[in-house]
Amino acid sequence: MTFTIPIENGNGVKNAEADSQRTLYPYVTGTSVVAIKYKDGILMASDMGGSYGSTLRYKNIERMKAIGKHSLLGASGEISDFQEIMRYLDELILNDNMWDDGNSLGPKEVHNYLTRVMYNRRNKFNPLWNTLVLGGVKNGHKYLGMVSMIGVSFEDNHVATGFGNHLARPILRDEWREDLSFEDGVKLLEKCMRVLLYRDRSAINKLQIANITEECVTVSEPYSLKTFWGFSAFTNPS
Amino acid sequence: MSSIGTGYDLSVTTFSPDGRVFQIEYASKAVDNSGTAVGIKCRDGIVMGVEKLIASKMMLPGSNRRIHSVYRHAGMAVAGLAADGRQIVARAKSEARSYESVYGDAVPVKELSERVASYVHLCTLYWWLRPFGCGVILGGYDRDGPQLYMIEPSGISYKYFGAAIGKGKQAAKTEIEKLKLSEMTCREGVIEVAKIIYKLHDEAKDKAFELEMSWICEESKREHQKVPEDLLEEAKTAAKTALEEMDAD
Repeated sequence: MTFTIPIENGNGVKNAEADSQRTLYPYVTGTSVVAIKYKDGILMASDMGGSYGSTLRYKNIERMKAIGKHSLLGASGEISDFQEIMRYLDELILNDNMWDDGNSLGPKEVHNYLTRVMYNRRNKFNPLWNTLVLGGVKNGHKYLGMVSMIGVSFEDNHVATGFGNHLARPILRDEWREDLSFEDGVKLLEKCMRVLLYRDRSAINKLQIANITEECVTVSEPYSLKTFWGFSAFTNPS
Repeated sequence: MSSIGTGYDLSVTTFSPDGRVFQIEYASKAVDNSGTAVGIKCRDGIVMGVEKLIASKMMLPGSNRRIHSVYRHAGMAVAGLAADGRQIVARAKSEARSYESVYGDAVPVKELSERVASYVHLCTLYWWLRPFGCGVILGGYDRDGPQLYMIEPSGISYKYFGAAIGKGKQAAKTEIEKLKLSEMTCREGVIEVAKIIYKLHDEAKDKAFELEMSWICEESKREHQKVPEDLLEEAKTAAKTALEEMDAD
């Protein structure tokens, strides 16, 4: 991203080139990501869809990636900006690994780095159009946080992006408890994802659940949820 | 063998009548005065080891790293002026990163060694720059398998199956030639390199030293990393026993 100094002529018009490089709208977007803390770590779920406006154009986009040994990043919003963030993080983790001193960046550090990047881009009016969910476990401490495209960042026991905030979080507020088992956590996430599947038009029935514990990070193979459409109102709409 | 330049050795941009550039040769002397660095290419990877001469008893073990990771799949062992070495490593890291940025794949070791060599050579072309006073052993693992290169202060870079620079390089090279490298695994290579370094360390001239070793092999998932603690301890014990056996005769 180049930073051209705005040229001012008599009308106070700025450099046209600088303007054409700012992000104005998102093009290919991913929908909600939902994540919860559970007994052994963090569980995160997202579907594999990439929408091009109202068209569901891409159906095999992995929106959750492992970062280093201790973190997991899920992203909604502009997919190309997510890929750019992955490049920044790859460089961050590579430099961290090259010290070879026994230390490695934990989720709190990665979350802080992302917050700084997102907030600074927002201040230049050139945001990375994403809402990011960052979860991880290091030295027994579980961490789950979120950063939005305007740089708002916080930590919580359960987070969601996009429609997930409106549809999934109320479920989580009622049903999340400390020390959920892995199976209960997956059931809870699937409940949220099912509601999103029914009600979010940009959701597709192909999701992945990622699990991060002290020992390892795994992103599951894609699978689909069972849905029920046999309501009498559908068969006999009158 | 030292010969006085008498007037032809004041600048790196001056040739002597017999076609030598003395400043570069003097730079190599700086490398020859430092602790030995050894690199070998085994069947399944590269092993590098450095004889880190300890300048002061107050230094913490594990500090003053002489072997640096240049990228995931490559590492450099440095001998000579440490500050010059840091500059070369930084340049190598930057070249590797820019290659990946442009071509989307990890830099091939040959390409990296050529870029580093041409940077080192650059500093031998201008009178306002001095040559680097350090030599570098670059080991890496790419799709052509494990490779070992050595870059000298003159900017020459050759591919080796065994290389040594520093004080004990002659003795080290003799020892390496005795090894059957094509049949050796990296695990065995670590023990052999430790034995070589312990053997060529001169107790009389230099006091204490610390052994620093790294490898890139199938076991390390083709990533450059320090040799694991337990294997390093095993190598040190084996090396010390070998020395005692030698002294015993």
